[in-house]
Amino acid sequence: MIALRGLTKEFPGGVRALDGLDLEIADGEFFALLGPSGCGKTTLLRTIAGLETPTSGNIWIGGTEVTSVPPGKRDVAMVFQDYALFPHMDVTANIAYPLRIRKVPRSRREARAAETASRLSLSELLSRRPGQLSGGQQQRVALARAVACHPRAFLFDEPLSNLDARLRLEARTFLKRLQRELAVTTVFVTHDQGEALALADRIAVMSAGRFTQVGTPTEVFQRPANTFTAAFIGSTPMNLLPGTAGDGALRVAGAVLPLPGGVPDGPIVYGVRPEYMDLSPTPRADAFAGKVAVVENLGTAHLVTLESREHLIQAVVPEGAEPSAGTAAWAVPRPGRGLVYRDDRLVSPSPANGENR
Amino acid sequence: MSEHSKPERSQANRHREGRGGEVTDERAESEGRATPSEEGTSRLKGRPEPAERSEAIRHAVAVIGRATFLAAVLGFFALPLLWLATAPFDARPGITVSVPEFTLRNFQALLDNPYALTSLRNSLIQAGGSAVLVVTLAALAAYALSRARVPGRDALLYVLLLLSSVVTGTAAMVPLFELATRLGLIDTHLGVVLTLSGGLLPAAIFIMKDFMDGTPTSYEESARVFGASSGQILRHVVIPLVRPGLATIAVWAVANVWGSFLQPFILLRDPDKAPGAVILYTLYTEGGAPRLDLISTFSLLYSLPVVVMYVFVSRRYGFRFHGGIKS
Ligand SMILES: Nc1ncnc2c1ncn2[C@@H]1O[C@H](COP(=O)(O)OP(=O)(O)OP(=O)(O)O)[C@@H](O)[C@H]1O
Ligand SMILES: [Mg+2]
Repeated sequence: MIALRGLTKEFPGGVRALDGLDLEIADGEFFALLGPSGCGKTTLLRTIAGLETPTSGNIWIGGTEVTSVPPGKRDVAMVFQDYALFPHMDVTANIAYPLRIRKVPRSRREARAAETASRLSLSELLSRRPGQLSGGQQQRVALARAVACHPRAFLFDEPLSNLDARLRLEARTFLKRLQRELAVTTVFVTHDQGEALALADRIAVMSAGRFTQVGTPTEVFQRPANTFTAAFIGSTPMNLLPGTAGDGALRVAGAVLPLPGGVPDGPIVYGVRPEYMDLSPTPRADAFAGKVAVVENLGTAHLVTLESREHLIQAVVPEGAEPSAGTAAWAVPRPGRGLVYRDDRLVSPSPANGENR
Repeated sequence: MSEHSKPERSQANRHREGRGGEVTDERAESEGRATPSEEGTSRLKGRPEPAERSEAIRHAVAVIGRATFLAAVLGFFALPLLWLATAPFDARPGITVSVPEFTLRNFQALLDNPYALTSLRNSLIQAGGSAVLVVTLAALAAYALSRARVPGRDALLYVLLLLSSVVTGTAAMVPLFELATRLGLIDTHLGVVLTLSGGLLPAAIFIMKDFMDGTPTSYEESARVFGASSGQILRHVVIPLVRPGLATIAVWAVANVWGSFLQPFILLRDPDKAPGAVILYTLYTEGGAPRLDLISTFSLLYSLPVVVMYVFVSRRYGFRFHGGIKS
């Protein structure tokens, strides 16, 4: 278990990279830290590892307070973004390095390195130097080195970001299986929301040193707690449109939509994912009217961008149903899929206790 | 002989320029270098005369000029080396290079000199000691300076570098002698090693820091997270990564100490402790004439260890600089 209380890190020069973070990560959990560049993900990971000293706040790992414990005594393994494999050691020596520090006899640690390597299909490469390995192989060696020392927690700093798109998918699946098998608490930093959704048991979305939301991938994807999270999560950004609530209806960008229960009257921001929109060729009152500006091919679907008076509205339509550019179209949000934000907080009730889809 | 072709050629060039009117660039070209570049000659094309013939002549002149220049440069460097290779085996060496009247008597004569061989041993002790000291201290200091945030670090480095030329320079010899006397370091190898190392250290730190700055900190951090102590990180990670830098510093320190004359000359009075550079200056007759047979032979023996070291180190480690010396 990893716990943070009021964790704050201020760098000399006044940058507040972490701003009063509270968090609990359960044993064996695969936890993703997700956020745009510069939001403090690496800093948080390094602070958990002990490479940075927090300005204030406390850290617990496995029930012991480790705030002022040096990194080597925290029993965590970190995989750096550049892997940090020692270039002058071969694969065996690299994997066995943590054991060498623990004074495990050479024969035992080499056996263990070989065993870990075979588990990560690295057996052929044991006597190579890191410089003679491909990016994907280096990544697996870095993982093997972390795995070989049986730590209480894994800390991964964007371990997949140096891989090409195809390899990344493979490595992702591999990583998830490995983590399931080992059941070691894992904190995984990424700026790729798809990776976080795919891998994590829970996700913390970060912005400017704070968590904007902590929750399961489903929660974070279905019900982003604020507009930042809403805009950040999802392979196509969510439509976020200003409007007003009143007279039992939502008025958003020319459309009149049913008012979800529990939403007070006043100015609101209406959010709906492009995937939860349908296009209608004929005018409807509960639709956003616009002219088709761009049609982008997503492979199995098309992303259609409508130009309305002052907004751009996006909808994903299935194969074969795409309109041609320049024609008029009406985008209809599916019932129950719209989210209402007021003062940047989600106010529409969840479908379970409100209206149903 | 062919030396003459140089001024001739450039005069010819100038003459042509006078006719063609292309003065500015061509003039600078021919005055700046003995061998005209291809573009330089091509600019002279397009004359009404038989162009091909003059082209051929110009080409020949260029080749001769280039060869002469190279020969002069080579001769400048090679002749002393050639002398060093032949004179020791010459029965009557002069200051010119000649085919030797082969003999090994000079070596015998040198061995009879009581200080010759011990001086080489002394050189080894002093150079080796200084190299070890400089490499160790420079590596530690550079690591600390590269990794820790020390206020005024760069200023400190520059001041050190500036002062280093003063510390072992001629100007400081009197105070250094005074200091060594008080510390009882006169006539000791340690005195020489400390003095010379002090002078070499700032530049060594400067160069080493550049190497250290060039290695990412993530290696060390990675080792630290695995529980390595500072000493282990230094031994397992940092030292192997900057090994070419250490080799460079070591060779440079040895070569420097090997050639140092003034400091050991002043700090050592006992000829039993004097290094080769100092003993070389004693190889004169009573009348003050140089004993070329001994000097050449000793010079050969004296330069061999440094050459061997260069070859060995560059084979083993390869000299490398990470992007030169940055500020
Ligand atoms: N050593 C440092 N000194 C000063 N400021 C720093 C330092 N390290 C990071 N920062 C600042 O702290 C903030 C968070 O940095 P951090 O590296 O944690 O971002 P990140 O979320 O990992 O970004 P990325 O996705 O680009 O890696 C940034 O504004 C950065 O400029
Ligand atoms: Mg980062």
